[in-house]
Amino acid sequence: MSAAALEVALDVVGVSKYYGDFPALRDIHLRIAAGSTLALLGRNGAGKTTLLRIMAGLSKASEGSVSMGGADIRQEATRRRIGVLGHGISLYDELSATENLVLFAKLYGLANPDKQALTWLERTGLDRVRDGLVREFSRGMRQRLAVARAFMHEPDVLLLDEPFTALDDRAIAVLQSLLADAHARGRTIIMSTHQLKEALELATHVALIQRGQLAFTGERTQQMADDTGWLYRTYGDN
Amino acid sequence: MNTFLRASATVAAKDLRSELRTKEAFNASFSFSLVILVLFSFAFDPSSEELHSISGGLLWLVFSFAGALVLNRSFARELQNDCLDALISAPVPVSAVFFGKTIANYLLLMIVEIAALAVFAVLYDTHFATQLWPVVLVMLLGTWGMTVIGTMFSALTVNLRMREMMLPTLVYPLLIPALMAAMTLTSDLMSGTPLGPSNMIWLRVLAGFDFIYTILAVVFIDIVLVG
Repeated sequence: MSAAALEVALDVVGVSKYYGDFPALRDIHLRIAAGSTLALLGRNGAGKTTLLRIMAGLSKASEGSVSMGGADIRQEATRRRIGVLGHGISLYDELSATENLVLFAKLYGLANPDKQALTWLERTGLDRVRDGLVREFSRGMRQRLAVARAFMHEPDVLLLDEPFTALDDRAIAVLQSLLADAHARGRTIIMSTHQLKEALELATHVALIQRGQLAFTGERTQQMADDTGWLYRTYGDN
Repeated sequence: MNTFLRASATVAAKDLRSELRTKEAFNASFSFSLVILVLFSFAFDPSSEELHSISGGLLWLVFSFAGALVLNRSFARELQNDCLDALISAPVPVSAVFFGKTIANYLLLMIVEIAALAVFAVLYDTHFATQLWPVVLVMLLGTWGMTVIGTMFSALTVNLRMREMMLPTLVYPLLIPALMAAMTLTSDLMSGTPLGPSNMIWLRVLAGFDFIYTILAVVFIDIVLVG
C-alpha cells in the first residue's frame, strides 16, 4: 500500500496457505493503512475468503504472519479490535434477536450488554422484533442482525466477506450507512467482493488476488470506479 | 481467570437455553436410553442376583450411548450459520468456549442419566437407596470424563461428514479406563458393597482420568479448533 508512512492497521507478511499440496495463498504481503477501505477483489477460488479468514484469526497461515500494531492476530486484545462478517450470519436460530446480541456483547466484554443490544437493534431497524426468534426472521432481517453483531463492539478493523451478497435493499442501505459511518470515524474496512460497483464506490484502496497471489495492490483510482472491468483487464490473467 | 469463567458461563448458558428451546439432544438421548433399558429388561430376569453384578455395565452402556447422542450435537450445532467462527473470533480464550460447552453437556447428560437411573430402578427392581450418594459420586466423576473427551472429539470431528459415526469410534476406546472404573464401582454399590479399600483404587482411577483429560483438552483445544 502506497501510504506506507501512515499507521498500519493490519500487516500481512509473507502469508501462504496450503490445503494438502494445493497452494490457496502464496506469499501475500499487504500493509493496510489505518482508516482505509480495502476492496479485496478476485474471481471465485482466488483465495479472498482464505486470506480474510487468516486476517480474522479463524485459520492459521501455513507460512507468514498477520499482525495488528505488532501484536499477533490471535491475541485476545487484538481480536477485541476486529469485527468479522462472514458468509454465514453467525447467529443462533433458536435464540431471539436480543439474546443473540447480548451473548456477543458479553463475549466481547461490553459494558451493559442489554443496553448495547437494544441500541444496535434500533440502529438496524429490528427493535420491534427484538424478542422474536432468529429462525422466524426473513433473510433480510437476519442479515441486518448479523451486521449489528459484527459492528456492535465498534471494532477498529472490519473484515467483511462478500458483504452485499444476498442482501435486500434495506439491509444494503443499513450496511452502507454503517460502513460510511465507520469510515468517517477512522475505522479500517477490508471487504472481499464480487460486486465491483458497490465495492469501488466505498473503497479507498484495492487489492486483486489471482490464483492465490497478489496481482495488484494500490489506491483506488477514478478509472477503476468508472470502468469496473479495467482492473481485471489490466492486471488479471484473462 | 474471571474472563475465562465469565465466558464459559456465557457459552454454557447459551447452549442450555438453546437446548431448552429445542430439546433435541435431551429427547433423542433419553428416548434412546429408555429403549435400551426396556429391551434389556426383556433379556434379563430383573429379580435375579446376577443382575446386580452386571448392573454397572448395563447402566454405563446406556449412559455412554446416550452421551454420544448429546455430545455429537455439541459442536455440530455451531456449524449452522457459521456460529463457530463468531465464537472463535470473540476475544475470549478458545478453551473458555470449550469449557462452557463441556459444562452445558455435563449438566444435560447428568439430567438424562438421573432420569435413566430412575427408570432402571423401576424396571430392574433395584434398591440402592443406602448407596445413593456414592452412586451419584461415581456418576458425577464418570460423566465428567465422558463429557470432557466427548466434547473435545465433538470439536475435532465437527467438519467431518461421518461425524456421527466417528465420534463414538474415537471416544469409546479412550474411555475404557473410565468406563471400567465406573462400571466396577457401580456394580459394587448396586450389590451393596460400599466404597472402601477394596474398590477405592477405581475411584482414584476415575478422578485421575478426569483430571488428566481435562488438562489435555483445555491445552489442545486451540489447536483443534483453529489449527
